[in-house]
Amino acid sequence: MKRRRPWVLLGISLAVMIAGLLLGEYRTVLEKAVTVCLDCIGIG
Amino acid sequence: MAPSPKAPPPRKPRDKRPWYQAAFALGLNAWIPSWFKGEIFQGGIKGVCVPALNCYSCPSAMGACPIGAMQTFFGGLRFNLSIAEKKFGLYVAGFMAAVGSAVGRMPCGWVCPFGFIQELFYKIRTPKLRIPRLMTYFRYVVLAVMVVALPLLIVDEFGYGQTWFCKWICPAGTLEAGIPLMLIKADLRPLLGLMYYWKLGLLALFAGWFVFSQRPFCRTVCPLGAFWGLFNRGSLFRMAVDDEKCTLCNQCHKDCPVEIKIYEKANSADCVRCLRCVSSCKFGAISYEFLGKREVSPDLRVKKPA
Repeated sequence: MKRRRPWVLLGISLAVMIAGLLLGEYRTVLEKAVTVCLDCIGIG
Repeated sequence: MAPSPKAPPPRKPRDKRPWYQAAFALGLNAWIPSWFKGEIFQGGIKGVCVPALNCYSCPSAMGACPIGAMQTFFGGLRFNLSIAEKKFGLYVAGFMAAVGSAVGRMPCGWVCPFGFIQELFYKIRTPKLRIPRLMTYFRYVVLAVMVVALPLLIVDEFGYGQTWFCKWICPAGTLEAGIPLMLIKADLRPLLGLMYYWKLGLLALFAGWFVFSQRPFCRTVCPLGAFWGLFNRGSLFRMAVDDEKCTLCNQCHKDCPVEIKIYEKANSADCVRCLRCVSSCKFGAISYEFLGKREVSPDLRVKKPA
């Protein structure tokens, strides 16, 4: 069981990630990433 | 009797990790034309999260920083606003957990450009300072408060949360984005204010600390390292120490960039899995295991007869 735990965790993580992608979260990240983040550079 | 000539000390295997770190630093920030155009890279692949604290506002950044992206989701998650997006950041959380459950904190030791910069600064010859153990727990406070709680709970005049960690602390953002963008984008310069100088001062303080202590930002502040460290005990990649071979000579502790005693806790949340201890152990007591394969230092591997 102990040996299987990381695989189970990895499987759940990938499932959560895919669910996020299906909900269109990639687009949200992309929109944030392609604009200059004023907070990050200290003028926000 | 004539004294026998002294044998030269055995040569340590050359550490190739800095080359990997340099390659990842360049690879994650590979869009060099942006520097000349005076804008940031805007390609469609930029929504891909990278396994490192690498600011997406760096002009040449190719991907998205998971900590910045996560705060954006938390800051925008407002059920009381009809126009707010009801997105929980499953993509980013799943990505971070997948990396953690596969290799734990290994990207800190091999991929993160900001970790690499800290290691370069530490090479400057000065007296060195150890970091008290208590200070290393502060990174969990940063993760819980600055990355999760404040973006979720404190709202601005429009009803949205802010990226608190990026805004008030992240020196990686100042170094990789704040300074370069001020140099290449003249239209941003009139906007400089107290906040910018606060972040610049914080970066200067950290840069000074990098010279005297080993990876102080990773160990005391980095929320991404804090998150991945939680997976070290249960990840597919695992460190192991053979108690029968270990002589407690402490060489691994002396060579460790995060000053841990791996023989006390092989999969400590502080370990960045740089594997320096594996090659520094003369007795082959330290090994790592990944997908069922166990490896010790390449120099100590016993070759099977053909």
